[in-house]
Amino acid sequence: MVKISIFDYGAGNIFSLKSSLQRNGAEEVSVTNDLDSDSSIDDLDGIVLPGVGNFDPAIISINKCKSGFSKFIEKNTPILGICLGMEMLFEKSEEGKLAGLDIIKGEVLSLPKKLVKIPHIGWNCLEITSKDSKLFEGVPNRSWVYFVHSYYTMPKNSDIITSKSNYGINIPASIEINNIYCTQFHPEKSSTVGEKMIKNFVKICKRSK
Amino acid sequence: MTVAKRIIPCLDVNKGRVVKGINFKELKDAGDPVKLAKQYSDEGADELIFLDITAAEEHRETMKDIVKNVASVINIPFTVGGGIKTLEDARNLLLSGADRVSINTAAVVNPELIQELMRIFGKQCIVVALDVKRTFDKKGKYMFSKDGKDYWFEIQIFGGKKATGIDAIEWAKKVETLGAGEILLTSIDTDGTENGYDIELINAICDKINIPVIASGGCGSVDDILKVYKNTQVDAALAASLFHFNKAKLKEVKKYLTENEILVRPL
Repeated sequence: MVKISIFDYGAGNIFSLKSSLQRNGAEEVSVTNDLDSDSSIDDLDGIVLPGVGNFDPAIISINKCKSGFSKFIEKNTPILGICLGMEMLFEKSEEGKLAGLDIIKGEVLSLPKKLVKIPHIGWNCLEITSKDSKLFEGVPNRSWVYFVHSYYTMPKNSDIITSKSNYGINIPASIEINNIYCTQFHPEKSSTVGEKMIKNFVKICKRSK
Repeated sequence: MTVAKRIIPCLDVNKGRVVKGINFKELKDAGDPVKLAKQYSDEGADELIFLDITAAEEHRETMKDIVKNVASVINIPFTVGGGIKTLEDARNLLLSGADRVSINTAAVVNPELIQELMRIFGKQCIVVALDVKRTFDKKGKYMFSKDGKDYWFEIQIFGGKKATGIDAIEWAKKVETLGAGEILLTSIDTDGTENGYDIELINAICDKINIPVIASGGCGSVDDILKVYKNTQVDAALAASLFHFNKAKLKEVKKYLTENEILVRPL
Protein backbone atom coordinates (compact mmCIF):
# COMPACT_ATOMS: atom_id res chain seq x y z
CA MET A 1 0.00 0.00 0.00
CA VAL A 2 1.39 3.39 -1.02
CA LYS A 3 1.08 6.05 1.64
CA ILE A 4 1.57 9.66 0.55
CA SER A 5 1.14 12.85 2.54
CA ILE A 6 0.42 16.31 1.16
CA PHE A 7 2.00 19.08 3.21
CA ASP A 8 -0.59 21.80 3.83
CA TYR A 9 0.83 25.30 4.32
CA GLY A 10 -2.64 26.70 4.64
CA ALA A 11 -3.06 27.79 1.06
CA GLY A 12 -2.69 24.83 -1.30
CA ASN A 13 -5.24 23.35 -3.69
CA ILE A 14 -5.29 20.30 -1.46
CA PHE A 15 -8.48 18.60 -2.55
CA SER A 16 -7.85 18.39 -6.29
CA LEU A 17 -4.30 17.19 -5.65
CA LYS A 18 -5.57 14.55 -3.25
CA SER A 19 -8.19 13.39 -5.78
CA SER A 20 -5.54 13.14 -8.46
CA LEU A 21 -3.18 11.04 -6.28
CA GLN A 22 -6.06 8.75 -5.33
CA ARG A 23 -7.19 8.33 -8.93
CA ASN A 24 -3.65 7.41 -9.91
CA GLY A 25 -2.72 4.63 -7.53
CA ALA A 26 -2.03 6.13 -4.10
CA GLU A 27 -4.08 4.03 -1.69
CA GLU A 28 -3.67 6.27 1.32
CA VAL A 29 -3.37 10.03 0.98
CA SER A 30 -3.21 12.19 4.09
CA VAL A 31 -2.93 15.94 4.55
CA THR A 32 -0.62 17.23 7.26
CA ASN A 33 0.82 20.51 8.51
CA ASP A 34 3.22 18.80 10.89
CA LEU A 35 6.03 16.56 9.66
CA ASP A 36 7.57 16.28 13.17
CA SER A 37 5.05 14.50 15.29
CA ASP A 38 1.82 13.92 13.37
CA SER A 39 1.17 10.18 13.81
CA SER A 40 -0.41 9.90 10.37
CA ILE A 41 2.99 10.46 8.76
CA ASP A 42 4.77 7.40 10.19
CA ASP A 43 6.15 5.22 7.40
CA LEU A 44 5.34 7.65 4.64
CA ASP A 45 6.30 6.51 1.12
CA GLY A 46 6.17 9.98 -0.40
CA ILE A 47 5.57 13.67 0.31
CA VAL A 48 3.96 16.24 -1.96
CA LEU A 49 4.60 19.96 -1.55
CA PRO A 50 1.62 21.54 -3.30
CA GLY A 51 1.63 24.51 -5.58
CA VAL A 52 -0.61 27.30 -4.41
CA GLY A 53 0.54 29.97 -2.00
CA ASN A 54 2.99 32.72 -1.32
CA PHE A 55 6.69 32.07 -0.60
CA ASP A 56 7.16 33.51 2.92
CA PRO A 57 3.99 32.13 4.59
CA ALA A 58 4.71 28.71 3.05
CA ILE A 59 8.33 28.77 4.31
CA ILE A 60 7.14 29.78 7.81
CA SER A 61 4.77 26.83 7.97
CA ILE A 62 7.31 24.24 6.82
CA ASN A 63 10.04 25.68 9.05
CA LYS A 64 7.83 24.82 12.05
CA CYS A 65 8.58 21.16 11.35
CA LYS A 66 11.93 21.50 9.63
CA SER A 67 13.65 18.69 11.53
CA GLY A 68 10.88 16.27 10.53
CA PHE A 69 11.14 17.36 6.91
CA SER A 70 14.96 17.03 7.00
CA LYS A 71 14.61 13.45 8.23
CA PHE A 72 12.56 12.55 5.16
CA ILE A 73 15.21 14.17 2.94
CA GLU A 74 17.95 12.17 4.71
CA LYS A 75 15.95 8.95 4.31
CA ASN A 76 15.65 9.74 0.58
CA THR A 77 11.84 9.60 0.74
CA PRO A 78 10.44 10.60 -2.69
CA ILE A 79 9.29 14.22 -2.76
CA LEU A 80 7.15 15.88 -5.41
CA GLY A 81 7.37 19.69 -5.34
CA ILE A 82 4.81 21.44 -7.51
CA CYS A 83 5.23 25.10 -8.52
CA LEU A 84 5.67 26.91 -5.17
CA GLY A 85 6.57 23.50 -3.71
CA MET A 86 9.48 23.45 -6.19
CA GLU A 87 10.50 27.06 -5.51
CA MET A 88 10.62 26.53 -1.71
CA LEU A 89 13.43 23.99 -2.09
CA PHE A 90 15.82 26.67 -3.42
CA GLU A 91 18.09 29.05 -1.47
CA LYS A 92 15.96 32.16 -1.90
CA SER A 93 13.16 33.75 -3.95
CA GLU A 94 12.39 37.21 -5.27
CA GLU A 95 8.84 36.63 -4.05
CA GLY A 96 9.86 36.64 -0.38
CA LYS A 97 12.32 37.90 2.18
CA LEU A 98 12.85 34.64 4.05
CA ALA A 99 15.51 32.08 3.22
CA GLY A 100 14.36 29.05 1.25
CA LEU A 101 14.86 25.45 2.35
CA ASP A 102 18.25 25.37 0.58
CA ILE A 103 17.94 21.77 -0.58
CA ILE A 104 18.59 22.70 -4.20
CA LYS A 105 21.32 25.27 -4.92
CA GLY A 106 20.14 28.28 -6.88
CA GLU A 107 17.47 30.95 -6.71
CA VAL A 108 13.93 31.84 -7.73
CA LEU A 109 13.45 34.85 -10.00
CA SER A 110 10.53 36.90 -11.29
CA LEU A 111 9.44 36.28 -14.89
CA PRO A 112 10.58 39.17 -17.16
CA LYS A 113 8.02 41.94 -16.55
CA LYS A 114 8.59 43.84 -19.79
CA LEU A 115 8.50 40.83 -22.06
CA VAL A 116 5.37 38.95 -21.02
CA LYS A 117 2.15 39.20 -19.06
CA ILE A 118 2.60 38.03 -15.49
CA PRO A 119 1.51 35.55 -14.16
CA HIS A 120 2.20 32.97 -16.85
CA ILE A 121 -1.20 31.28 -16.92
CA GLY A 122 -2.21 28.49 -19.25
CA TRP A 123 -1.03 25.54 -21.31
CA ASN A 124 2.51 25.50 -22.59
CA CYS A 125 4.62 22.98 -24.42
CA LEU A 126 7.32 20.86 -22.72
CA GLU A 127 10.69 20.22 -24.26
CA ILE A 128 11.93 17.16 -22.43
CA THR A 129 15.72 17.42 -22.14
CA SER A 130 16.45 14.29 -20.12
CA LYS A 131 15.81 10.83 -21.49
CA ASP A 132 16.28 9.30 -18.06
CA SER A 133 13.55 11.24 -16.25
CA LYS A 134 11.53 8.88 -14.06
CA LEU A 135 8.65 11.31 -13.78
CA PHE A 136 8.32 11.50 -17.57
CA GLU A 137 8.40 7.76 -18.25
CA GLY A 138 5.96 7.25 -21.14
CA VAL A 139 5.36 11.01 -21.49
CA PRO A 140 5.88 12.17 -25.10
CA ASN A 141 8.17 15.10 -25.84
CA ARG A 142 6.23 18.30 -26.65
CA SER A 143 3.36 17.40 -24.35
CA TRP A 144 1.19 20.32 -23.22
CA VAL A 145 0.96 21.08 -19.50
CA TYR A 146 -0.70 23.72 -17.33
CA PHE A 147 1.29 26.54 -15.74
CA VAL A 148 0.19 29.23 -13.32
CA HIS A 149 3.11 31.13 -11.80
CA SER A 150 4.95 34.45 -11.60
CA TYR A 151 8.41 33.15 -10.65
CA TYR A 152 10.80 30.58 -12.08
CA THR A 153 13.80 28.69 -10.75
CA MET A 154 17.44 29.04 -11.72
CA PRO A 155 19.35 26.00 -10.41
CA LYS A 156 23.14 26.38 -10.18
CA ASN A 157 23.56 22.92 -11.63
CA SER A 158 21.66 22.92 -14.92
CA ASP A 159 22.16 19.16 -15.30
CA ILE A 160 19.27 18.54 -12.91
CA ILE A 161 16.79 20.16 -15.35
CA THR A 162 14.69 17.51 -17.10
CA SER A 163 12.47 19.73 -19.26
CA LYS A 164 12.00 23.35 -20.25
CA SER A 165 9.28 25.61 -21.61
CA ASN A 166 9.32 29.00 -23.26
CA TYR A 167 7.46 32.04 -21.99
CA GLY A 168 9.40 35.01 -23.31
CA ILE A 169 12.48 33.23 -21.97
CA ASN A 170 13.34 29.56 -21.51
CA ILE A 171 12.37 28.38 -18.04
CA PRO A 172 13.11 25.06 -16.33
CA ALA A 173 9.78 23.20 -16.34
CA SER A 174 10.99 20.28 -14.24
CA ILE A 175 13.92 19.11 -12.15
CA GLU A 176 15.03 15.76 -10.75
CA ILE A 177 17.73 15.39 -8.12
CA ASN A 178 18.22 12.35 -5.90
CA ASN A 179 14.68 11.37 -5.01
CA ILE A 180 13.26 14.87 -5.40
CA TYR A 181 10.96 15.57 -8.36
CA CYS A 182 9.89 19.12 -9.12
CA THR A 183 7.57 20.65 -11.69
CA GLN A 184 6.94 24.34 -12.34
CA PHE A 185 3.66 23.33 -13.99
CA HIS A 186 0.77 21.53 -12.30
CA PRO A 187 0.65 17.82 -13.26
CA GLU A 188 -2.58 17.39 -11.27
CA LYS A 189 -4.20 19.94 -13.62
CA SER A 190 -2.56 18.84 -16.85
CA SER A 191 -5.19 16.44 -18.15
CA THR A 192 -4.22 12.85 -19.05
CA VAL A 193 -0.53 13.61 -19.58
CA GLY A 194 -0.35 15.10 -16.07
CA GLU A 195 -2.13 12.06 -14.65
CA LYS A 196 0.60 9.93 -16.22
CA MET A 197 3.23 11.91 -14.26
CA ILE A 198 1.26 11.56 -11.01
CA LYS A 199 1.02 7.82 -11.71
CA ASN A 200 4.79 7.73 -12.26
CA PHE A 201 5.40 9.51 -8.94
CA VAL A 202 3.19 7.00 -7.12
CA LYS A 203 5.20 4.20 -8.79
CA ILE A 204 8.45 5.83 -7.66
CA CYS A 205 7.07 5.89 -4.10
CA LYS A 206 6.14 2.20 -4.37
CA ARG A 207 9.62 1.25 -5.60
CA SER A 208 11.33 3.28 -2.86
CA LYS A 209 9.50 1.42 -0.08
CA MET B 1 6.44 28.47 -28.83
CA THR B 2 4.59 30.18 -26.05
CA VAL B 3 1.50 29.86 -23.95
CA ALA B 4 -1.66 28.74 -25.79
CA LYS B 5 -4.90 30.73 -25.94
CA ARG B 6 -7.41 29.12 -23.60
CA ILE B 7 -11.01 28.08 -24.24
CA ILE B 8 -13.01 28.13 -21.01
CA PRO B 9 -16.56 26.83 -20.66
CA CYS B 10 -18.31 28.75 -17.89
CA LEU B 11 -20.84 27.15 -15.58
CA ASP B 12 -23.15 29.71 -14.00
CA VAL B 13 -24.79 27.86 -11.13
CA ASN B 14 -28.07 28.78 -9.50
CA LYS B 15 -29.59 26.54 -6.82
CA GLY B 16 -27.52 23.53 -7.87
CA ARG B 17 -28.22 23.77 -11.62
CA VAL B 18 -26.25 25.26 -14.48
CA VAL B 19 -28.18 28.20 -15.94
CA LYS B 20 -27.64 30.74 -18.66
CA GLY B 21 -29.12 34.23 -18.66
CA ILE B 22 -29.48 37.02 -21.21
CA ASN B 23 -28.01 40.39 -20.14
CA PHE B 24 -27.81 38.87 -16.65
CA LYS B 25 -31.59 38.15 -16.59
CA GLU B 26 -34.06 35.47 -17.86
CA LEU B 27 -32.31 32.36 -16.55
CA LYS B 28 -32.57 29.21 -18.67
CA ASP B 29 -31.72 25.72 -17.34
CA ALA B 30 -28.64 24.15 -18.93
CA GLY B 31 -28.01 20.98 -16.92
CA ASP B 32 -26.19 19.30 -14.05
CA PRO B 33 -22.89 21.02 -13.06
CA VAL B 34 -20.92 17.86 -12.28
CA LYS B 35 -21.99 16.07 -15.45
CA LEU B 36 -21.23 19.08 -17.66
CA ALA B 37 -17.87 19.74 -15.97
CA LYS B 38 -16.74 16.15 -16.55
CA GLN B 39 -17.90 16.26 -20.16
CA TYR B 40 -16.06 19.52 -20.93
CA SER B 41 -12.90 18.33 -19.17
CA ASP B 42 -12.91 15.12 -21.23
CA GLU B 43 -13.69 16.97 -24.47
CA GLY B 44 -10.66 19.25 -24.20
CA ALA B 45 -11.60 22.37 -22.24
CA ASP B 46 -8.48 24.20 -21.05
CA GLU B 47 -10.04 25.29 -17.79
CA LEU B 48 -13.46 25.61 -16.18
CA ILE B 49 -15.02 28.53 -14.38
CA PHE B 50 -17.86 27.92 -12.00
CA LEU B 51 -19.77 30.98 -10.82
CA ASP B 52 -22.40 30.77 -8.12
CA ILE B 53 -24.41 33.60 -9.64
CA THR B 54 -26.83 34.16 -6.81
CA ALA B 55 -24.34 33.87 -3.95
CA ALA B 56 -23.41 37.53 -3.69
CA GLU B 57 -26.90 38.88 -3.67
CA GLU B 58 -28.41 36.33 -1.33
CA HIS B 59 -25.39 36.39 0.97
CA ARG B 60 -25.05 32.67 1.10
CA GLU B 61 -22.01 30.45 0.92
CA THR B 62 -20.93 28.97 -2.39
CA MET B 63 -22.05 25.41 -2.85
CA LYS B 64 -19.02 23.58 -1.55
CA ASP B 65 -20.43 20.14 -2.29
CA ILE B 66 -20.78 20.81 -5.99
CA VAL B 67 -17.23 22.14 -6.06
CA LYS B 68 -16.00 18.95 -4.38
CA ASN B 69 -17.88 16.72 -6.77
CA VAL B 70 -16.65 18.64 -9.80
CA ALA B 71 -13.03 18.65 -8.57
CA SER B 72 -13.14 14.88 -7.99
CA VAL B 73 -13.90 14.09 -11.62
CA ILE B 74 -11.86 16.60 -13.65
CA ASN B 75 -8.13 16.92 -14.34
CA ILE B 76 -7.95 20.49 -15.61
CA PRO B 77 -7.85 23.78 -13.68
CA PHE B 78 -10.98 25.00 -12.04
CA THR B 79 -11.77 28.55 -10.90
CA VAL B 80 -14.67 29.17 -8.53
CA GLY B 81 -16.43 32.44 -7.79
CA GLY B 82 -19.58 33.82 -6.25
CA GLY B 83 -20.08 35.14 -2.76
CA ILE B 84 -16.44 35.11 -1.61
CA LYS B 85 -16.13 37.78 1.06
CA THR B 86 -13.30 36.66 3.32
CA LEU B 87 -10.01 34.76 3.39
CA GLU B 88 -11.88 31.92 5.05
CA ASP B 89 -14.40 31.72 2.18
CA ALA B 90 -11.49 31.49 -0.28
CA ARG B 91 -9.65 28.86 1.74
CA ASN B 92 -12.82 26.75 2.05
CA LEU B 93 -13.21 26.73 -1.72
CA LEU B 94 -9.56 25.83 -2.28
CA LEU B 95 -9.93 23.00 0.24
CA SER B 96 -13.01 21.82 -1.62
CA GLY B 97 -11.13 21.57 -4.89
CA ALA B 98 -10.96 24.99 -6.50
CA ASP B 99 -7.56 25.91 -7.95
CA ARG B 100 -8.28 29.60 -8.14
CA VAL B 101 -10.95 31.87 -6.72
CA SER B 102 -12.76 34.70 -8.46
CA ILE B 103 -13.98 37.72 -6.52
CA ASN B 104 -16.25 40.47 -7.76
CA THR B 105 -18.64 42.42 -5.50
CA ALA B 106 -16.51 41.89 -2.39
CA ALA B 107 -13.44 43.34 -4.12
CA VAL B 108 -15.35 46.53 -4.98
CA VAL B 109 -16.79 46.85 -1.47
CA ASN B 110 -13.43 46.04 0.16
CA PRO B 111 -10.46 46.37 -2.23
CA GLU B 112 -8.00 45.35 0.53
CA LEU B 113 -9.43 41.84 0.24
CA ILE B 114 -7.46 41.41 -3.02
CA GLN B 115 -4.24 42.24 -1.19
CA GLU B 116 -5.03 39.96 1.74
CA LEU B 117 -5.82 37.06 -0.60
CA MET B 118 -2.66 37.70 -2.62
CA ARG B 119 -0.42 37.68 0.48
CA ILE B 120 -1.61 34.24 1.53
CA PHE B 121 -2.52 32.43 -1.65
CA GLY B 122 -0.24 34.19 -4.16
CA LYS B 123 -1.42 36.38 -7.03
CA GLN B 124 -1.75 33.48 -9.47
CA CYS B 125 -4.64 32.22 -7.35
CA ILE B 126 -6.69 35.41 -7.48
CA VAL B 127 -9.05 36.20 -10.36
CA VAL B 128 -10.92 39.50 -10.12
CA ALA B 129 -14.17 39.53 -12.10
CA LEU B 130 -15.31 42.80 -13.64
CA ASP B 131 -18.93 43.16 -14.75
CA VAL B 132 -18.97 46.14 -17.05
CA LYS B 133 -21.70 48.20 -18.75
CA ARG B 134 -21.62 51.28 -20.96
CA THR B 135 -22.98 54.36 -19.18
CA PHE B 136 -24.23 57.28 -21.31
CA ASP B 137 -24.96 59.84 -18.62
CA LYS B 138 -22.48 61.35 -16.17
CA LYS B 139 -18.75 61.25 -16.85
CA GLY B 140 -16.16 58.51 -16.44
CA LYS B 141 -12.41 58.91 -16.39
CA TYR B 142 -12.01 57.35 -19.86
CA MET B 143 -14.67 58.54 -22.35
CA PHE B 144 -15.57 56.81 -25.62
CA SER B 145 -17.75 57.94 -28.48
CA LYS B 146 -19.82 56.20 -31.15
CA ASP B 147 -22.62 57.46 -33.45
CA GLY B 148 -22.47 60.88 -31.80
CA LYS B 149 -23.04 59.46 -28.32
CA ASP B 150 -20.50 59.70 -25.50
CA TYR B 151 -20.14 56.93 -22.96
CA TRP B 152 -17.78 55.26 -20.50
CA PHE B 153 -17.38 51.79 -19.04
CA GLU B 154 -18.85 51.42 -15.55
CA ILE B 155 -18.35 48.62 -13.01
CA GLN B 156 -21.56 46.94 -11.84
CA ILE B 157 -21.90 44.74 -8.76
CA PHE B 158 -24.38 42.33 -7.17
CA GLY B 159 -24.73 40.31 -10.37
CA GLY B 160 -25.03 43.38 -12.57
CA LYS B 161 -27.84 44.89 -10.50
CA LYS B 162 -26.05 47.86 -8.99
CA ALA B 163 -24.02 50.60 -10.68
CA THR B 164 -20.97 51.77 -8.73
CA GLY B 165 -19.80 54.96 -10.46
CA ILE B 166 -16.38 53.29 -10.81
CA ASP B 167 -14.62 53.53 -14.18
CA ALA B 168 -13.77 49.98 -15.36
CA ILE B 169 -10.37 50.91 -16.82
CA GLU B 170 -9.34 52.70 -13.61
CA TRP B 171 -10.54 49.72 -11.60
CA ALA B 172 -8.66 47.20 -13.77
CA LYS B 173 -5.43 49.14 -13.20
CA LYS B 174 -6.11 49.25 -9.48
CA VAL B 175 -6.83 45.52 -9.10
CA GLU B 176 -3.58 44.75 -10.94
CA THR B 177 -1.69 46.92 -8.43
CA LEU B 178 -3.48 45.29 -5.50
CA GLY B 179 -2.39 41.83 -6.61
CA ALA B 180 -4.94 40.27 -8.95
CA GLY B 181 -3.43 37.51 -11.10
CA GLU B 182 -6.03 37.64 -13.84
CA ILE B 183 -9.11 39.62 -14.85
CA LEU B 184 -12.35 37.96 -15.88
CA LEU B 185 -13.89 40.67 -18.01
CA THR B 186 -17.62 40.37 -18.65
CA SER B 187 -19.52 42.82 -20.81
CA ILE B 188 -23.10 43.07 -19.59
CA ASP B 189 -23.97 44.81 -22.87
CA THR B 190 -23.03 41.74 -24.93
CA ASP B 191 -23.68 38.96 -22.36
CA GLY B 192 -26.17 36.38 -23.63
CA THR B 193 -26.75 38.23 -26.90
CA GLU B 194 -24.59 35.76 -28.88
CA ASN B 195 -23.55 38.63 -31.17
CA GLY B 196 -19.85 38.43 -30.38
CA TYR B 197 -17.49 39.59 -27.63
CA ASP B 198 -17.21 43.26 -26.70
CA ILE B 199 -14.04 43.98 -28.68
CA GLU B 200 -14.01 47.69 -27.81
CA LEU B 201 -14.16 47.03 -24.07
CA ILE B 202 -11.60 44.21 -24.20
CA ASN B 203 -9.08 46.38 -26.06
CA ALA B 204 -9.68 49.30 -23.71
CA ILE B 205 -8.78 47.10 -20.72
CA CYS B 206 -5.97 44.99 -22.27
CA ASP B 207 -4.17 48.16 -23.40
CA LYS B 208 -3.82 49.39 -19.84
CA ILE B 209 -2.71 46.33 -17.85
CA ASN B 210 -0.06 43.59 -17.91
CA ILE B 211 -1.91 40.66 -16.33
CA PRO B 212 -3.85 38.09 -18.37
CA VAL B 213 -7.49 38.78 -19.25
CA ILE B 214 -10.36 36.36 -19.90
CA ALA B 215 -12.97 37.70 -22.33
CA SER B 216 -16.59 36.98 -21.44
CA GLY B 217 -20.02 37.89 -22.72
CA GLY B 218 -21.49 37.54 -26.18
CA CYS B 219 -19.97 34.39 -27.64
CA GLY B 220 -22.48 32.84 -30.04
CA SER B 221 -20.27 31.07 -32.56
CA VAL B 222 -16.80 29.65 -33.19
CA ASP B 223 -16.16 32.68 -35.36
CA ASP B 224 -16.72 35.01 -32.39
CA ILE B 225 -13.82 33.27 -30.60
CA LEU B 226 -11.58 33.68 -33.64
CA LYS B 227 -12.56 37.37 -33.88
CA VAL B 228 -11.71 38.07 -30.24
CA TYR B 229 -8.27 36.47 -30.67
CA LYS B 230 -7.57 38.22 -34.00
CA ASN B 231 -8.65 41.65 -32.76
CA THR B 232 -7.51 41.81 -29.13
CA GLN B 233 -4.61 40.76 -26.88
CA VAL B 234 -6.90 38.68 -24.68
CA ASP B 235 -5.52 35.42 -23.22
CA ALA B 236 -8.61 33.30 -22.78
CA ALA B 237 -12.14 33.19 -24.16
CA LEU B 238 -15.04 32.16 -22.00
CA ALA B 239 -18.19 30.69 -23.48
CA ALA B 240 -21.34 29.29 -21.93
CA SER B 241 -24.35 28.83 -24.21
CA LEU B 242 -22.11 27.86 -27.15
CA PHE B 243 -21.23 24.67 -25.28
CA HIS B 244 -24.26 24.21 -23.00
CA PHE B 245 -26.68 24.26 -25.92
CA ASN B 246 -24.40 22.19 -28.17
CA LYS B 247 -23.80 24.82 -30.83
CA ALA B 248 -20.17 23.77 -31.02
CA LYS B 249 -17.86 21.14 -29.58
CA LEU B 250 -14.51 22.03 -28.05
CA LYS B 251 -12.79 19.93 -30.67
CA GLU B 252 -14.30 21.97 -33.53
CA VAL B 253 -13.39 25.24 -31.83
CA LYS B 254 -9.76 24.18 -31.47
CA LYS B 255 -9.57 22.86 -35.02
CA TYR B 256 -11.00 26.09 -36.42
CA LEU B 257 -8.63 28.28 -34.38
CA THR B 258 -5.61 26.17 -35.37
CA GLU B 259 -6.55 26.44 -39.05
CA ASN B 260 -6.64 30.19 -38.57
CA GLU B 261 -3.21 30.33 -36.95
CA ILE B 262 -4.27 30.84 -33.35
CA LEU B 263 -2.11 28.79 -30.97
CA VAL B 264 -4.28 26.47 -28.86
CA ARG B 265 -3.49 23.32 -26.88
CA PRO B 266 -3.89 20.46 -29.37
CA LEU B 267 -6.21 17.60 -28.37
